[in-house]
Amino acid sequence: MSETPAIELRGVNKSFGPVHANRNIDLLVGKGSIHGIIGENGAGKSTLMSILYGFYQADSGSIHVDGREVRIADSRQAIDLGIGMVHQHFMLVDPFTVLENVILGAEDGATLSGGTRKARQELRRLEQEYGLKVDPDAVVGDLPVGLQQRVEILKALYRGAEILILDEPTGVLTPAEADHLFKILEVLRDQGKTVLLITHKLREIMAITDTVSVMRRGEMVATLKTAETSMEELAEQMVGRSVLLHVEKTPADPMGTILEVEDLNVTDARGVRVVKDISFKVKAGEIVGIAGVSGNGQSELLEALAGIRKADSGRLSIRSETLDLATMDIDPALMREKGMGHVPEDRHRMGLINSFAEYENAVLGYHRSEKYAKGLLLDIAAIKQEAREAIEKYDIRPPSTDLRTANFSGGNQQKIVLAREIERDPDVLLVGQPTRGVDIGAIEFIHKRLIELRDEGKAILLVSVELDEIRSLADRILVMFDGAIVGEREAGADETELGLLMAGVQDQGAASGAVAGEKA
Amino acid sequence: MLDAYQTLILLLDSTLRLSTPLLLACLAGLYSERSGVVDIGLEGKMLGAAFGAGAVAYLTSNAWLGLLAGIGVAVGLALIHGFASITNRGNQIVSGVAINFLAAGLTVLLGQAWFSQGGRTPTLPQGGRFGEVILPGAEAVRDVPVLGPLYSELISGHNILVYLAFAAVPLTWWILFRTRFGLRLRAVGENPAAVDTAGISVVLLRYRAVVICGILTGVAGSYLSIAQSSGFIRDMTAGKGYIALAALIFAKWRPVNAMYACLLFGFLDAMAIRLQGKSIPMIGEVPVQVFQTLPYILTVILLAGFIGKAIPPKASGVPYLKERS
Repeated sequence: MSETPAIELRGVNKSFGPVHANRNIDLLVGKGSIHGIIGENGAGKSTLMSILYGFYQADSGSIHVDGREVRIADSRQAIDLGIGMVHQHFMLVDPFTVLENVILGAEDGATLSGGTRKARQELRRLEQEYGLKVDPDAVVGDLPVGLQQRVEILKALYRGAEILILDEPTGVLTPAEADHLFKILEVLRDQGKTVLLITHKLREIMAITDTVSVMRRGEMVATLKTAETSMEELAEQMVGRSVLLHVEKTPADPMGTILEVEDLNVTDARGVRVVKDISFKVKAGEIVGIAGVSGNGQSELLEALAGIRKADSGRLSIRSETLDLATMDIDPALMREKGMGHVPEDRHRMGLINSFAEYENAVLGYHRSEKYAKGLLLDIAAIKQEAREAIEKYDIRPPSTDLRTANFSGGNQQKIVLAREIERDPDVLLVGQPTRGVDIGAIEFIHKRLIELRDEGKAILLVSVELDEIRSLADRILVMFDGAIVGEREAGADETELGLLMAGVQDQGAASGAVAGEKA
Repeated sequence: MLDAYQTLILLLDSTLRLSTPLLLACLAGLYSERSGVVDIGLEGKMLGAAFGAGAVAYLTSNAWLGLLAGIGVAVGLALIHGFASITNRGNQIVSGVAINFLAAGLTVLLGQAWFSQGGRTPTLPQGGRFGEVILPGAEAVRDVPVLGPLYSELISGHNILVYLAFAAVPLTWWILFRTRFGLRLRAVGENPAAVDTAGISVVLLRYRAVVICGILTGVAGSYLSIAQSSGFIRDMTAGKGYIALAALIFAKWRPVNAMYACLLFGFLDAMAIRLQGKSIPMIGEVPVQVFQTLPYILTVILLAGFIGKAIPPKASGVPYLKERS
């Protein structure tokens, strides 16, 4: 790398109270390259990028852009230095048009007419140069996520970004959309832009980056040429020990059907039908995976089965008991009573009350049980005793029953929820996004535990937007698109094929026959 | 027939007068809430401004100085609200309610201490009150049938603040949808993080909105004490701040709709006054309270989803905190 690096960080430190989020970070990013930054959640990747984008100030250390030492006090200065960022959660104003979003903060004058005209031209130019096509007058909130992300990239380019930071950009995309994004990034690199890609997905690093830096617990532990490394090496660097990337499991040995769902339909608050005529079975001793891009009805399906959301129609049989989800008075307590455990998709919104102590969260939803009652009061001692056992069994850290769950890391929070639901010995376990925002070590543990549970003869319904997770855990895969199940595949199904189904490309021939056969 | 026309003109005339403070307060709330700061303290700011304007106009015999004082008081209260809810990220409802209480108590207390008239300010002297503006030609066309009274009674003959209020409607629309400030204002009320990452200060933007809100409530309050009446009386806003808030919801946070909503509510008020103690054929005497509650009832019906949907700016009421991602 003889020419000046686009970005150089020297000895950057950043602490939040007692947490040392970034420790003596050195980083060199070559101009015109795609540089990956990989690390577990909480490794400090986002903090580091926020420092680069002026969201936070480093406590010490220096930043050099194009060889010049700079101070970046706020996002405005970062933008002026040619740094653009595509955030994980898009920074878009939903009711605004694409054009309005693009010019926000770069309006070019006190009134809008001039800037709008200029932006319209500029968007046309960017479309031609980079193949970034999007209707400037479309309302952003109506666009699919893939296009919203494109608007974010356009925003950065419109502001003259030479260095583009993308924070976990593929989390919300289908495999096809992700591929498309990567093509765009390659075009950007070939045009001389520098791309910083932050991700926890090894596959993406291998697929697209030129160089990769690994972060672990706030430190930069390695910077490697992508061509000279491997997924295994990177994973080991990330965790600090060797990790099993593939879940070890024996083929499923399914027994009788435990859970049967028939003719389920759900309409959401906006009056849109989000779950359409869904029927399926889950047998004892198998994991059925529901694959699909986020927002295709999986969440509503899960919520309807868990008794949180009212269905328009649908029957649910658990063991030999049949419940009518539309007419009966269903609630989560009843479903739990019937033997259904539920690990909700969003642990912060539904799984935990983060201002409660660990032991309180450990019985949430089961607190009415006789076991925890002492007259009219809760038997705190008994609850804590059980919580301690779960902490040990699930290796929850720190091992404290009294700490508020807000203070646990994502992985440990998830283990608290998982322990709560699994240890009540349900017949059926509904699991939504079990490893979202969870570090690799905990993912390994959670996956193992789910397989164990399957081998104990439980029925597991797994909903995940991580296709890799579905493919490695599920014994059968159902693909959801636009509220309906559009295909069923066996465990070893091809990724491309699943990706096409997830994108709504119609299933043909053999598969539809298989589904029909199942019904008959 | 001509009599009925005359009555209608008078009714509409008083509709305009009664709508004016509502409209000013409603636009004030619009700026604030579009920026993401919920303001239930419109009432208190108006009341404070009414008192400030009444007191200063009495002491100086100058309506303009009175107006300036009214605006000053309201902007001061608006800044308190801003300090609590923007700088310190406090609960915006609590802060707004506190301002209402503060204004209700303080105006009476100071009024009594300064003027010893039970919390009123003395009747304004000559020059302390905004007079009628007679538009050119109003006298000349008075006798032209139909259009004459329309111009000379309805359009002409209001005080300057009425014209100001109605001129503020297209101006607000233009600011909101055609200027950089408006774009940012709308953006910060929907997604402040987007504004922040675009390199714009969320705090500064919201303070500017809150100050504009103060100015407009200041004019609204001053209108009550030194244009519509001749002096301040205790609790003279009588819930107008809340009705303005209802109108804002009714208008779905859009300026031109706000004008229609305020005209409607003003019209109901005018009806209530006109029908007071009179009986309507077939129905009999209608209690004034029916008209007074109608704005609220209409708003509840709207909120219940019968007249389309009123979706507030997404970030309104939510303090902005830079997330530790």
